[in-house]
Amino acid sequence: MGRFAGVMGEPGTKEVFNLADLEAAGGIHTGRRHILTMLVENKPGVLARVAGLFSRRGFNIDTLAVGPTDDPMLSRMTLTLDGALHPIDQVTKQLHKLVNVIKIRDLEPAEAVARELALFKVAADSETRGQVMQFAEIFRGNVIDVSKRSITIEVTGTDDKIEAFEQVIRPFGLIEMVRTGEIAISRGRSAT
Amino acid sequence: MRAVDAILECLKAEGVDTVFGIPGGANLPTYDALYDGGIRHVLCRHEQGAGHAAEGYARASGRVGVALATSGPGATNLVTTIADAVMDSVPTVFITGQVRTDLLGTDGFQEADVSGITMPIVKHSIMIQDPREIPMAIHQAFHIARTGRPGPVLIDVPQDLSRAEINYEPVDEVNLPGYQPTVEGNAKQIRLAAKAMANARRPVIYAGGGVINADAAAELTELCRSDRFPVTCTLMGLGGYPAPDDQWLGMLGMHGTRTANYAMDEADLIVAVGARFDDRITGKLSEFAPRAKFIHIDVDPAEISKNVPAHIPIVGDAKKVLPKLTREYRALETDASRLEGWWQRIHQWQDKHPLRYDDSEDSEIKPQYMIQALYEATNGDAIITSDVGQHQMWAAQWYHFNKPRHWINSGGLGTMGVGLPFAMGAQVACPDKTVVAVAGDGSLQMNIQEMTTCVLDEIPVKVFVMNNGYLGMVRQWQELFWDKRYSGVDMKMTPDWVKLAEAYGAKGMRATDKGTLVDQMREAIETPGPVILDVHVTKEENCYPMIPAGQPAREMVG
Repeated sequence: MGRFAGVMGEPGTKEVFNLADLEAAGGIHTGRRHILTMLVENKPGVLARVAGLFSRRGFNIDTLAVGPTDDPMLSRMTLTLDGALHPIDQVTKQLHKLVNVIKIRDLEPAEAVARELALFKVAADSETRGQVMQFAEIFRGNVIDVSKRSITIEVTGTDDKIEAFEQVIRPFGLIEMVRTGEIAISRGRSAT
Repeated sequence: MRAVDAILECLKAEGVDTVFGIPGGANLPTYDALYDGGIRHVLCRHEQGAGHAAEGYARASGRVGVALATSGPGATNLVTTIADAVMDSVPTVFITGQVRTDLLGTDGFQEADVSGITMPIVKHSIMIQDPREIPMAIHQAFHIARTGRPGPVLIDVPQDLSRAEINYEPVDEVNLPGYQPTVEGNAKQIRLAAKAMANARRPVIYAGGGVINADAAAELTELCRSDRFPVTCTLMGLGGYPAPDDQWLGMLGMHGTRTANYAMDEADLIVAVGARFDDRITGKLSEFAPRAKFIHIDVDPAEISKNVPAHIPIVGDAKKVLPKLTREYRALETDASRLEGWWQRIHQWQDKHPLRYDDSEDSEIKPQYMIQALYEATNGDAIITSDVGQHQMWAAQWYHFNKPRHWINSGGLGTMGVGLPFAMGAQVACPDKTVVAVAGDGSLQMNIQEMTTCVLDEIPVKVFVMNNGYLGMVRQWQELFWDKRYSGVDMKMTPDWVKLAEAYGAKGMRATDKGTLVDQMREAIETPGPVILDVHVTKEENCYPMIPAGQPAREMVG
């Protein structure tokens, strides 16, 4: 927080604020990327509760993946977001207070493996199809659909890898891209 | 048995004797069960009134307050109440009717997504999807509402599910894997805290509403008196330490005493108990208590280091933690004389800056005097509720609360219009107490309809209106900070409160002379049934002292 911390917009002052100052004081947080992994009860409304907490704090979730776990009563949520350390700490504590949240962990990048699946629909005719497929091979992607004027490729990896693939494929004419958002699991024997 | 009958059984198993509410289409089955269900139902005149009454009941007794409403508008009328209960951590359960399951999501008549609307303001909510879940849901709701940091729980019951036939079996255990409040407090941290207190030269104990919620007033007092620790309470904590007293500094915060605020400013150690460093306490956060280390005791881990970083955090229930801390502190056998210098400094402030006001030369009633008269007329022993505004601050300053659960107001949300329904709920919970609502003439009309409820249900609350013809606190801010451009604060016309009281079937009285005020208050209190006493006070009196918003405590004015 900047020099305005705690005093912007008190109704007891008459100053008129300029937008730049408001932005500076409002806390646009940037910091390391966080992967939050949560075990939640598999019940309706849980996703809304979790998402609501983030929006209340003005946090933007970069990616969100939800799926079943080995226990049918529980679901796994994986979120990635940008954030300075302190507010993340506050959000994790608030998430802990949700009755339907069983466990939550802020995974350090070094102690976890993360993967994401992305589907790329690329414009490709008989002339360019070969080149696109070559790139796909380099990135260990799979061709999952082909038509006369397009090819669809599946790529799995970290978000860096997916972004790299996007860079090389874009010049061919990227029609559409769909990403799952990262999921992650801790390294070593112990459970995430 | 029908699911609604099971609801009644569960409520009785939870010890509920009274519910507040209003029926409607979607909770007709619940009201059918209430007809001969063995629980007192207080029919309110607005769901907001019912919700605040449930809060008043809970705040006065510590038991869970319950309010019922139908779907749609009934449920949305509870929203302010629920937000109020979550901000002040009030144990409450709200049971709303919902449209039939086949109508859900179709914009059916009186349909509103109340669990969605209230999601950010509940401690927890349960939307019933299977009638067999109902008994467990009710018990979970009560468990969550009253344990840990208390708060509101909403149960939304679709009308068709509520009339399903279920096989009811009493529930004896609630198991919530995702909800395990920490209550005991870490022994090592407590020992560390005791040592820090033993080493402190300028300590202050700063207690909040958590002490009241935990029923830990006696334990707090014991800790304060294990040495000569100066103690201050927040607006929500008043009554947590018996005032007045040698060690009592008065309330702190925006309209707290200079002594309490200056002591926080110069403290080297602040022991926060069940308090959350709200902006009305800290003033300018970056200049708050600049020399202090902080011990923070709270049952909610998310409060610790939220606004002010804690050096020694202790997560736990005040009732469990405080006796352990007192024991550890006593074992250190410190020398109380080390606090001599600190007390000299505090006494200087107390002598120089007592709470004061200029009394009128004539018969005019100063608002501060009105509270002093109230203290005298009630021997300082009444349950006092208030609305929100200047009168609330004056009541907090001048009525010296010496017992917990005797001061009931909306601290966190600052909801106008709560005074009367709070008093109504408090009176139901404590039928033998004198309950007085100190109302603002701006606030009172927001829930005045509950006078009917009080008259019909023989709930003998006394409403003392501090009538200055203004939305006084806003007027004060416009005077001080917005160049006296009085915008939208002059009430111009409020009803004739005496006639209004009579129209409701209550007694109405008017006071305009300070010479007879105490006697009139006594007369009102001795009158059976509800009374409105319209007290005309100075129109443009300001509430002082005051930390101007956004300023540090040392910049107090007035």
